Amino acid sequence: MSPVLAGILQLLALVVALGLSYRPLGDHMAKVYSSEKHYRPEKWIYKAIGANPNVEMRWPAYLRGVLAFSAVSVLFLYLLQRVQGSLPGSLGFVSIDPDQAFNTAASFVANTNWQSYYGEQAMGHVVQTGGLAVQNFVSAAVGIAVAVALVRGFARSRTGELGNFWADLVRGVVRILLPISVIGALVLVACGAIQNFAGIHEVGQFTGGSQQWNGGAVASQEVIKELGTNGGGYFNANSAHPFENPNGLSNLFEIYLILVIPFALTRTFGRMVGSIRQGYAILATMATIWLGFTALMMWTEFAHHGPAFDIAGGAMEGKETRFGIGGSSIFAVATTLTSTGAVNSFHSSYTGFGGGITMLGMQLGEIAPGGVGSGLYGMLIMAVIAVFIAGLMVGRTPEYLGKKIGTREIKFAALYILVTPALVLCFTALAMALPTPANSMTNSGAHGFSEILYAYTSGANNNGSAFAGLNADTQWFNSTIGIAMLLGRFLPMVFVLALAGSLAEQTPVPETAGTLRTEKPLFTGLLVGTIMIITGLTYFPALALGPLAEGLAA
Amino acid sequence: MNIDVKKQEGAVNQSSTATAATVPHEDLSAGHQASGRVGGGLFDPKQLVKSLPDAIRKLDPRVMVKSPVMFVVLVGSVVTTALAVKNPGDWFGWAITAWLWLTTVFANLAEAVAEGRGKAQADTLRKAKTDTVARRLTKTGEERVPGTELRIGDLVVCEAGDVIPGDGDVVEGVASVDESAITGESAPVIRESGGDRCAVTGGTKVLSDRVVIKITTKPGETFIDRMINLVEGAARQKTPNEIALNILLASLTIVFLLAVVTLKPFAIYAGADKQTSMIVLTALLVCLIPTTIGALLSAIGIAGMDRLVQRNVLAMSGRAVEAAGDVSTLLLDKTGTITLGNRQASEFVPVKGTTEAELADAAQLSSLADETPEGRSIVVLAKEKYGLRERHQGELAHATWIEFTAQTRMSGVDVDGRRVRKGATGSVVAWVEEQGGTVAADAQNLTDSISQAGGTPLLVAVEDDRGARVLGVIHLKDVVKEGMRERFDELRRMGIKTVMITGDNPLTAKAIAEEAGVDDFLAEATPEDKMALIKREQAGGKLVAMTGDGTNDAPALAQADVGVAMNTGTSAAKEAGNMVDLDSNPTKLIEIVEIGKQLLITRGALTTFSIANDVAKYFAIIPAMFAVAYPSLDKLNIMGLASPQSAILSAVIFNALIIIALVPLALKGVRYRPSSADSMLRRNLGVYGLGGLIAPFIGIKLIDLLISLIPGIG
Repeated sequence: MSPVLAGILQLLALVVALGLSYRPLGDHMAKVYSSEKHYRPEKWIYKAIGANPNVEMRWPAYLRGVLAFSAVSVLFLYLLQRVQGSLPGSLGFVSIDPDQAFNTAASFVANTNWQSYYGEQAMGHVVQTGGLAVQNFVSAAVGIAVAVALVRGFARSRTGELGNFWADLVRGVVRILLPISVIGALVLVACGAIQNFAGIHEVGQFTGGSQQWNGGAVASQEVIKELGTNGGGYFNANSAHPFENPNGLSNLFEIYLILVIPFALTRTFGRMVGSIRQGYAILATMATIWLGFTALMMWTEFAHHGPAFDIAGGAMEGKETRFGIGGSSIFAVATTLTSTGAVNSFHSSYTGFGGGITMLGMQLGEIAPGGVGSGLYGMLIMAVIAVFIAGLMVGRTPEYLGKKIGTREIKFAALYILVTPALVLCFTALAMALPTPANSMTNSGAHGFSEILYAYTSGANNNGSAFAGLNADTQWFNSTIGIAMLLGRFLPMVFVLALAGSLAEQTPVPETAGTLRTEKPLFTGLLVGTIMIITGLTYFPALALGPLAEGLAA
Repeated sequence: MNIDVKKQEGAVNQSSTATAATVPHEDLSAGHQASGRVGGGLFDPKQLVKSLPDAIRKLDPRVMVKSPVMFVVLVGSVVTTALAVKNPGDWFGWAITAWLWLTTVFANLAEAVAEGRGKAQADTLRKAKTDTVARRLTKTGEERVPGTELRIGDLVVCEAGDVIPGDGDVVEGVASVDESAITGESAPVIRESGGDRCAVTGGTKVLSDRVVIKITTKPGETFIDRMINLVEGAARQKTPNEIALNILLASLTIVFLLAVVTLKPFAIYAGADKQTSMIVLTALLVCLIPTTIGALLSAIGIAGMDRLVQRNVLAMSGRAVEAAGDVSTLLLDKTGTITLGNRQASEFVPVKGTTEAELADAAQLSSLADETPEGRSIVVLAKEKYGLRERHQGELAHATWIEFTAQTRMSGVDVDGRRVRKGATGSVVAWVEEQGGTVAADAQNLTDSISQAGGTPLLVAVEDDRGARVLGVIHLKDVVKEGMRERFDELRRMGIKTVMITGDNPLTAKAIAEEAGVDDFLAEATPEDKMALIKREQAGGKLVAMTGDGTNDAPALAQADVGVAMNTGTSAAKEAGNMVDLDSNPTKLIEIVEIGKQLLITRGALTTFSIANDVAKYFAIIPAMFAVAYPSLDKLNIMGLASPQSAILSAVIFNALIIIALVPLALKGVRYRPSSADSMLRRNLGVYGLGGLIAPFIGIKLIDLLISLIPGIG
């Protein structure tokens, strides 16, 4: 079988698998966030944290919950790393330096999982499992909670109430992430991923010499790493490491895990706003961009010519032979179009265009399908903007899902779309203008620039993948990327929740023949266009100087 | 659906009195040309030249800052000017500077032209507002004070020849008033104390008689003052949607500002420092920020108000015009809006033993003394359908004419020993019985069946040598205006529900509603019913528009999202509504909705166009800046532009010229045809989205071809 055909078949298998789980998972999630019932373990948790899960919260209260919980998480994770050296079960690793500890704490709480450390050489079992893995669950649940709050904003009217943050958080973990993770971990273990608390092993190499390998609860962390669109690997090589991602089947399964919740959330959205077709329209938008990007990626990676490439059947540098170009390309697009950032290949080694596609995917705001929760709310914000412009063109003041998009609503949406471009561009410009940050580059020219642009794009958009090559463990990068990750995660959430509150207070406008039909393919096309033009154009000059200059030169 | 069916009985024997006093204007044709739609006034290029001084005056930064997009262009122009002065030998710097200034001026020009159209109208109004002397009543008598010193509640006297010194209500007397200063209508109108015709407007002139007026408005806030402010745009406040759009444009401006500012360090690293001079970066910024819509936004708003003014409608706020586009329920008064002002005779139905011709003859004869439109329509029907020559009262010199009055509700004639009467069922029955006659049994059946069909029956009776008896029934029908059904179908496609409001009984209302094709009706409507209906619709999230003129309409007018008061109405009504129709033509409500929609569509279309333009500009400027540093980027120069300088300059020139090119569109509004949201979106996306994507590629290429012809540049 040719590698191209293999890639296409993998993509098809993925689409079928996602299609099969779309309805049951989406409906299940809708039920989870609409149910009145509390399970017994959930009641224990509420009691333990002293939260009343039955109180409806308005947006400021909901936001306070999100921010307070996340602040405590950052602090806890920071301290845990700082005292690692004195903790048992740390494989003898020392405490982490303050700047790196801050970066890592910010990174995992912000659902980014940017790693400026080598997992297997820095983090022991306690931090990995008790700190990082816990954040993999809760930071994902926070993302879904905020998305659900926005959906409630659309669904509810004449109230400012958006639900209860604590209930949404706990349910997300207990009823969605944990059950799928348990099954997923078993599948991964069956595929050959490891799951133990073994110490460090000295392993001999074929070429002589030896290598240190450590064990760990890898499969369980791997599954939530993908499922929660986190991306922080147990090992530095991330999903390219055979302990994390042993073979082609596990690779496909991991991609499936990355995409399954973000796509299914559109069904949840449709259910909760009372129109499945509105959910399909959002799904269609996400799927169009995702499939388009994947096709482009496979095309550029397979079509790359040159003697070495032709023998390898394409741009194989930096890719694992057990995944091939197809399995790597699909993974790379999925991980950068979501906030995952797990990698099974070196993005830095992709063709110029390929590297550009990974960057553009993140720069679109990671909304196709995006991170768990964050993808949905990011896409809904873009829908609000598209509706605003298109709604005018049908001769009405714009409305979406029966809610008017007025001054307040557009203000929050506009602020939302300002955040990440501002962070990415300003920090990249600073890094380029200051004398020292550029020392971290491995390459010169356009590729070197791409390394830094990629780093801030990944941080501010909460992706977490790296272009490799860049030495990010400096005080400058640890601090600035840490700030970018926190602001890039939580500032948009402020605007999303404020928007949700504003929407929930409105009286819905009934649909008439004069209403813009947002469930039609025409709107999907318009939404894709708006996303590509508004966010794409923001980065066009920067991309031209990095991946485009490189890609066009080839 | 029938909104109000609780009162089925009663009121079937209304006679022509019910509609005797109706809308004073002939409104059959107004606002109803199927082809004309809401086209705007013509755009004359001379206006551009005329408005140039105003445009330059608007360069004041304190004015410019109101439009964040254009303010950025102004700052850019100042920066490039400084740079050009510093390096006077650089033709490119000067060229860019010149075109940036032109961009700014063009934007101001658009606004100035839009405002200029209102100025002429304002001048006419000002003439009416000459300083008047008011004759104020005091306890002891009269005193003469300047009109500007009047206070609310003052009583003033006006006699023939006086100009009314301020807005108020007539509290004593009746007078004919020339209101042409505000309405343009030369026929005088009657203003009298009490009732719905008591309001007078300052600046209008009393032609006859004497009235005492109670002042209801402070000087400086009168109707004329507000009109002047409105048409001049001085009182123009940004509408909610305009503010929202401005926010979005401002945020896009910030995004592009960031993209351009941060480009400098990237370029230095790439080795393109020289190619990304401050001038080039400013040019790039101006090209990227949404200048097209930023420049035209305020002109679009002013022009929208202006289109209303051209139709003699004054919107008290732009908010109301915008709301008009969102209206989903229209409350339309039956009389004058849906039907012609008056019922008309449609057939003669004889009782047994009488022929149609006999009845027609009697009906005609008895209606000659009835000058109401209904009476005239009987004469017309007799002539058209039965070939009866129209007779005049003078022909029958010896006849005694019985004029129609509201009290008797009958008209007729006594001639040659024959007494013929025609009128309301009750009156005629009473008359026949008075004369000792009997009413034929089938007369009752006939009137009942006409009533049930929604018509109004009039009885015709005669007393001659055979005694007093009923000859038959005249069927009076409301005549639905031509083209109304099509109009309502259009509205339905636009998603707007029409509700007919009428004082008629539910049966009559239903029949007319079905004939006219309205979606719903409110029969035997009281002001309270109207109010309740509006509130019910609004509770469901709908926006409601209505017209009204009476004081009892005022609460409903105030409650409605778009309340159009007739200029003939009371000052309470005018105060309560957010628009005033100087022609007092209720059909105009439909046009107002269309103008509101057109305003929003124009905004959306130009925003889309503006943003879509950016793609081409990148393809012009990015290779121009970076092809030296990275030769591969020259492949992005898909337009094959001659040189980096000409590429950047062409983009800037295109960016400026497109503003001027779109001024007529902004003023006239984009083409609007009532249709569903889907088809409108498809069309506008095609024209302005796709067009906006492609047009600049062609435009920039053409400008580049021209520029490269200039020696020493290409």
